[in-house]
Amino acid sequence: MSPILEARGISKNFGAVTAAKDVNVAISQDEVVGIIGANGAGKTTFVNMVTGYLKPTSGQIVFEGRDITQLEPRQITRLGICRSFQVPQVFMTETVYENLLTALGIAAATGFSVLRYMKRPDLETQCEALLTRYGIGDYRDHLASSLPQGVRKLLDIAMAMVARPRILLLDEPTSGISTDEKFGLMDTVMSALREEKVTVLFVEHDMEIVERYVGRVLAFYQGEIICDAPPAEALVDPKVKEFVIGEEHHRRDDAEGNADA
Amino acid sequence: MTASRDWTIPGLTIGLVVMLVAGVVLPDWLLNILNISFSRALAVLGLMVLWRTGLISFGHAFYYGLGAYTVAILGKELGVSEILVTVPAAMLVASTVGFFLGFIIRRYRDIFFAMLSLAFSMVLYGILVKTEALGSTDGFSVPTPSFLGFGAEEAADNKIVLYFVLCGIGYGAALLVHRYLQSTLGNLSTAIRDNEIRVEYLGYSVAHAIHVKYVMSAALAGLGGAILAISLSQVDPDSMVNWTISGELVFVTILSGPGSVAAPFIGSVVFELIRTYAFEWLPHAWQLIVGATLLAIIFFLPGGVWSLLARIFGRKEGER
Repeated sequence: MSPILEARGISKNFGAVTAAKDVNVAISQDEVVGIIGANGAGKTTFVNMVTGYLKPTSGQIVFEGRDITQLEPRQITRLGICRSFQVPQVFMTETVYENLLTALGIAAATGFSVLRYMKRPDLETQCEALLTRYGIGDYRDHLASSLPQGVRKLLDIAMAMVARPRILLLDEPTSGISTDEKFGLMDTVMSALREEKVTVLFVEHDMEIVERYVGRVLAFYQGEIICDAPPAEALVDPKVKEFVIGEEHHRRDDAEGNADA
Repeated sequence: MTASRDWTIPGLTIGLVVMLVAGVVLPDWLLNILNISFSRALAVLGLMVLWRTGLISFGHAFYYGLGAYTVAILGKELGVSEILVTVPAAMLVASTVGFFLGFIIRRYRDIFFAMLSLAFSMVLYGILVKTEALGSTDGFSVPTPSFLGFGAEEAADNKIVLYFVLCGIGYGAALLVHRYLQSTLGNLSTAIRDNEIRVEYLGYSVAHAIHVKYVMSAALAGLGGAILAISLSQVDPDSMVNWTISGELVFVTILSGPGSVAAPFIGSVVFELIRTYAFEWLPHAWQLIVGATLLAIIFFLPGGVWSLLARIFGRKEGER
């Protein structure tokens, strides 16, 4: 089966700094891919290039056989690649309901239909369904600015999903979330995404989340992919241990290994 | 949750009926004030659309002046005084110019957006002041208008007919803008003001949305300018295009508040009354009263006169 998304030798330079270097990767339909790496390894640069925020210095990004390298973010969104952000990008002075309704209105708008009433039954029904699916119904009439970080993250992801994308990129979905909340948040998100049959790529620092939710790991180091494997292999790869996971994780693994023995 | 009912359309309709009935008994001087206020309100309605998006234009007298001079030139050069021709022509000219300048202006935000508009208006002001064929600083007179082919013989009749026509135009414009604000594109105002990145990543062009709003505001300012020219039977650069007029439009926008399409009409009448009485009481320092009013609005009513009405109305509802 041909890949849904391909990065063909993409590089990104900011002056003398190389943020991405000859990245080659192919993603298949329905995969859940975790992108890991230390700070500055090139993870978010990769996500930004795929979603059009940054243009690669060289190389090509292909989505469903179409070159999207030079397209604008809105054009890429319309094609079916959506994203959420490390810092949730929501409309702070609107309620949760209004945020979703605005997102649905935009997603449904083509040509002059952007002049149709935004508050209309079909969109309102979809809006209620999203509130339920992402477990944010209790916050329906709360202003986005007053939401706890976890709920704001869920809203950000729900808004990214209104366009029914083929691929969703999540940038650190659990950053800023307490340990108690992170698995609950990820369970809600992953279950909603499974229902939608969407291919998922997410940037994550938390290896417990990576082990639990992804089927494939891309490990970045200094702008390059140093490991592309299932989590069971990737997380024990020596280069990943050295450059991505770090000493602390090593020690914890060793301690767990000794305890098992 | 039960959604609160939108009273805009019934409110506007009641307002229209009251104004039409009042028009029969109101004295001439008050009709004059209302005509001038409503012409300004149309331009302010356009500025309100921009303000809801977080944008303010310090140069909308540019389009106000284009509308006014279009009506005047049609009358002077072509002998056309039919309101149904001159007013749409004024809107067409203003919106066409707004459409082309919009490609430049939609790339800017904040103070740059505001001042770029001002720069365009000062260019037009400079051209008009130096053009003797258009009366230079003195301007020139606008022929008495006709409506559906009928022209008024008496100046007083002309005033009342114009008043009725203007009420109808104001009502129509307010309804159209209200309808627009309820559309997805209209609702994007708050979204764009809050977070342009998210709007782009939802798949809509922020530049396109701002462009549409800008052209719309230009058309409304052109409409207002056309009505002003007809009301005053005169056009001149200082009354229509100068930067002080742009400032006045921004002043009335803040005074009115962005809460409703009815607000610019109420705010414009309040402004005109304040200015008229301030000028009568303190002819050499009337600006003091106008300035103090603006300060009071900014400090105590940041949502404008409309927010005061909404507060009173809301309190009454709560008491029931």
